[in-house]
Amino acid sequence: MEQNRLASFEEAVLPHLDAAYNLAHWLTRNDTDAEDVVQEAYLRAFKFFGGFHGSDGRSWLLAIVRNTSYTWMQQNRSPELSFAIDDELPEIESQDLNPEALLLKGADTQLVRQALEELPIEFREVLVLRELEEMSYREIASTTELPLGTVMSRLARARKRLQQVLISQAQAEV
Amino acid sequence: MNCQQAQELIQSYGDGELELAGSLEVERHMQECQICANAYSRHTTLTSALKNSSLYYTAPDKLEKRIRASLRKEAKSEQPRRAFVWRWATATVALALLLMLAFLVWRPGSFRSSGDELLAQEIVSNHVRSLLPGGSHLTDVLSSDQHTVKPWFDGKVDFAPPVRDFASQDFPLYGGRLEYLNNRTVATLIYKRRLHYINLYVWPTDQAGSSAETTVQRQGYNMIHWKSGGMNFWAISDLNAVELQEFARLVQQQQ
Repeated sequence: MEQNRLASFEEAVLPHLDAAYNLAHWLTRNDTDAEDVVQEAYLRAFKFFGGFHGSDGRSWLLAIVRNTSYTWMQQNRSPELSFAIDDELPEIESQDLNPEALLLKGADTQLVRQALEELPIEFREVLVLRELEEMSYREIASTTELPLGTVMSRLARARKRLQQVLISQAQAEV
Repeated sequence: MNCQQAQELIQSYGDGELELAGSLEVERHMQECQICANAYSRHTTLTSALKNSSLYYTAPDKLEKRIRASLRKEAKSEQPRRAFVWRWATATVALALLLMLAFLVWRPGSFRSSGDELLAQEIVSNHVRSLLPGGSHLTDVLSSDQHTVKPWFDGKVDFAPPVRDFASQDFPLYGGRLEYLNNRTVATLIYKRRLHYINLYVWPTDQAGSSAETTVQRQGYNMIHWKSGGMNFWAISDLNAVELQEFARLVQQQQ
């Protein structure tokens, strides 16, 4: 019986290993930490597998990866979580930003990676789930346990911040 | 659509989360408005910058092996633990069954009064006799209409038994008759459940107040007995206890 459970768990959840590792890496920003977090998350997921009845194994697993990452960061006193998450950040006016400037810098992989890495964690996670994991708003809401409206407003703010950073870097280099 | 509305929808449009009608409106607006068209172009530029920068971290092969190994270990250690839990669960269920059995055996003891015991015997005999083919009779008045059955008792008994049809709850009224039980004339109502007959005996009680229902089993018949509204009620049938309870509840609710 236990062997069957293990087999069906592996079948449902192991295909999402890359997604799990990608999210854990973007949250912890470190190779070894990401590996430890993912392994821990899989063990937790196996324990809770009896409670999983849905069809969306990826959202379910990523929610566990996310929680495990946050717990891990708390235990290791990551400065990341020391500020309060504020969804009412002041809007950055960006109507006069020139899309060509972005295009120019868009090609520079290293700068984009660094800019994304330096975003606050609550912005980083929604962008990673949306742009790299290509999840729908609903899937992101289910993974992050946030209301749909919050997912959308965080995504909008995350994008504005990222544009801002990339543009100012581009301007600095001119 | 004005600029503010469009600005709010551009992100959802770019993410493919907008329904068709909304998408068409956003597109129409952007054809006329350069500011919103720029906002959309920033959105797509950023999206492609993120997609083209190979930002995705792929899990190293050794991680999958590591996870498979740790899962197998976990599954093995859980196996005996689960078996242990199962043994306890089985023991608990067995104990619960034993207690239930003891309760059922003990329960008729609570039905102590010898008057009630005699009456129960009398009711079983009456119920059986009423269903014997030929000779005896099940109904004096055969009707499923409560307005026919209830007046029929007028002048035959010195009380007005509550008569109600429960056809909508699958206990249709079948008829009524008179019986001589417990040294008096009692009203008897007959109900049906599928092929089962239920005899409901009703007569006034000399004690005020009501009493909780008592269930009794005799010779394979289920009986439920209670007092309420100044009446004695005895329901008997070869129906299962659960459905007879359901019937008793219906009768109690109509009062």
